[in-house]
Amino acid sequence: MDSLFQHTTVDVGGIPVAMLRGGSGRPLLVLHDELGFAGWMGWNRTLARDFELLMPLQPGFGVTPRCEWFECYRDVGDFYHRMLREMDLGPVDVIGFSAGGFIAAEMAVACPDAFAHLVLVAPLGVRPKIGEIADVLALTVRSHVALTVSRVDAPEFAEIYGGAMTTEQFELFEAARAETSRLGWEPFLYSPSLPHRLGGLNGLPTLITWGTEDLVVPRSCVDIYEAAIPGALRADIDGAGHRPEIEAPEEFLTSVCSFLSQPALERNARV
Amino acid sequence: MLVSYLSERPYRGLLEDDILRNGGFFGMPNEMFDRDRGAADYNFYLDEYLYAEAVGFDGLALNEHHGNPFCMGAVLDVEAAILARQSSTAKIVLIGNALANRHPIRLAEELATIDVISGGRLVSGWVRGAGPEQFFNNMNPAYNREYFEEAHDFIIQAWTRPGPWRYEGKHFHYRQVNPWVLPLQKPFPQMWIPGNVSLENPIWAAEHCYPFIGLATALSATCEMWDAYADRAAELGYQAGPENFGYLAPMVLADTEERAQELGRNFYYAGGHTGFAKAGYAFPPGYNSPSAIRRLARMPRDTWLGANRVVLELERQGKSPVVSDVEAARRKAESTYAKAQTTLQTIVGTPESVLPKLKTIMEVLRPGSLIIGGVLGNVSNEDRMRSVQLMGECLIPEIKAHAAKLGLVDSFERIPGTVKLQPGENRAPVADRKPLEALGLA
Repeated sequence: MDSLFQHTTVDVGGIPVAMLRGGSGRPLLVLHDELGFAGWMGWNRTLARDFELLMPLQPGFGVTPRCEWFECYRDVGDFYHRMLREMDLGPVDVIGFSAGGFIAAEMAVACPDAFAHLVLVAPLGVRPKIGEIADVLALTVRSHVALTVSRVDAPEFAEIYGGAMTTEQFELFEAARAETSRLGWEPFLYSPSLPHRLGGLNGLPTLITWGTEDLVVPRSCVDIYEAAIPGALRADIDGAGHRPEIEAPEEFLTSVCSFLSQPALERNARV
Repeated sequence: MLVSYLSERPYRGLLEDDILRNGGFFGMPNEMFDRDRGAADYNFYLDEYLYAEAVGFDGLALNEHHGNPFCMGAVLDVEAAILARQSSTAKIVLIGNALANRHPIRLAEELATIDVISGGRLVSGWVRGAGPEQFFNNMNPAYNREYFEEAHDFIIQAWTRPGPWRYEGKHFHYRQVNPWVLPLQKPFPQMWIPGNVSLENPIWAAEHCYPFIGLATALSATCEMWDAYADRAAELGYQAGPENFGYLAPMVLADTEERAQELGRNFYYAGGHTGFAKAGYAFPPGYNSPSAIRRLARMPRDTWLGANRVVLELERQGKSPVVSDVEAARRKAESTYAKAQTTLQTIVGTPESVLPKLKTIMEVLRPGSLIIGGVLGNVSNEDRMRSVQLMGECLIPEIKAHAAKLGLVDSFERIPGTVKLQPGENRAPVADRKPLEALGLA
């Protein structure tokens, strides 16, 4: 793991949240996906040049203890809002991946002023009108992980998962999938009300990015996000799967860095 | 000793190759269900149960699975209700209702109805349900254990606490609990807990003084479960004994060894229970406890890379990957069949040839209850009936005599939990592993 990366703990209502912090600059909240933190990768290193990455490890994913009262992703969002308030972080930029995008969207609709920029990467959270969210919980861990990329020989994917599956990896993935099951089993990884609530995000600069070969989140999901969030920008990445940050890091970073460099609107400019 | 008969009620109208190509029984497309065939099979199995009672079985055992032809009994309480009326003396042994997959108030009413109609012959077993069941019923596997325990506690209350009352639990909520029909047996029917190799189930059963049933598990692993049960029982101040244990022994009998061996292959028809479901459905997320996950994690496994793209795409679409090498799958099933006979987990032969094997099981496990599991696969009505007849007429008397010699009392002859231990008193052994050493099964 990169030496720029530090393990810290933030107490939130008695839950010691493991928080990985790396880089320097404007704070950027990073919400990992439903499989948990994958490791300090190229896109982390690049963003860490201009941002301080704040990466909470979701409760129940094997490192941060479970929060017994969580019942849905909205609860996780409320919990993270409390964490941001208690860390005295003003409007921050946020990037959420897959289920982390779902959480980021829930947080944004609950309190848009908490964020300066919102980046959703292949976000779960809405029911597609065409196709279905892949039933990743009906797969073995191995198949689930492999389904997240369009090419299992993508360089960074091979770097992380190229060896034998370790006992620790297996246990962490199973913990992550169990917590994902608790939060998202029914309805499956979406909230029926979220599309209706997204309309309230007037003026929050939002970027939605998605790989055109995504096998987990159908195109229809991101179309719904794009249509529901006023003024949302869209950056599809040709040929990438569910993890464009791994499969097409250059295109991914170009979109994200360009977007985050745009000034956030003043609070009173939001309508 | 209570001897019961169990049938999986297999649907018999399929080609084995179709199931093998599907990668297992679960998820076989139901367009292949022939309604006339299904109707004939269902009615035959009910007749077979009544015949089992007539030839001497003390109990008629039912289980259930969903969405597959391995076991047509998808709603076991319906079949139990029919047997409640049509049978006369046999216990109706449910092994069991999947507590996590039902509304507990409805279960309380269904089971009370069965007990009343049968004249108090119900044994109400509880299971957590296999992995695929969680998907079929869309019950969150991560809450399976919580559903199980809450539903269990609720049903006990529903049968014992005068109503009406309101219930606000974590997972279940009822405005008015007041089931009018209550079980005939007071305070309620015996509850049995079947299980496989997890140690959590026998420990939970011991905490409730419920008999624990090993489901054709390897004998040495079963001894470990018995010990886990007995250790917990001793902590709670009682000595576990035969009344606390039962064992399911899959068996088919015929008039000749050759014929029996031919029929016995059907235990592994299309892979048998080992081909029940593909891997993704077998271990749903959160279904296993962290300690069970740790045991799984230590097993040798594949690398991450090299996943088959075609298989992944099929899985994404919710389809089963097609198994192309059917012959290899069949050879694997054959090999499993041969091994299962040497480990005594499948018993095949004539009454004379199987008796020593059954006696060994009884001597090792000392169960108060024995459940004979009927043959699976595509076996004719005549062969199935003959097997049941041989079990009843030739084997059950021998089993009972041997049980009496070993002192194997069942849970009705001696109520589980009634043999108390004094503080500091060591518990007695509940299994005898010595015969396993001679068989190379220790």
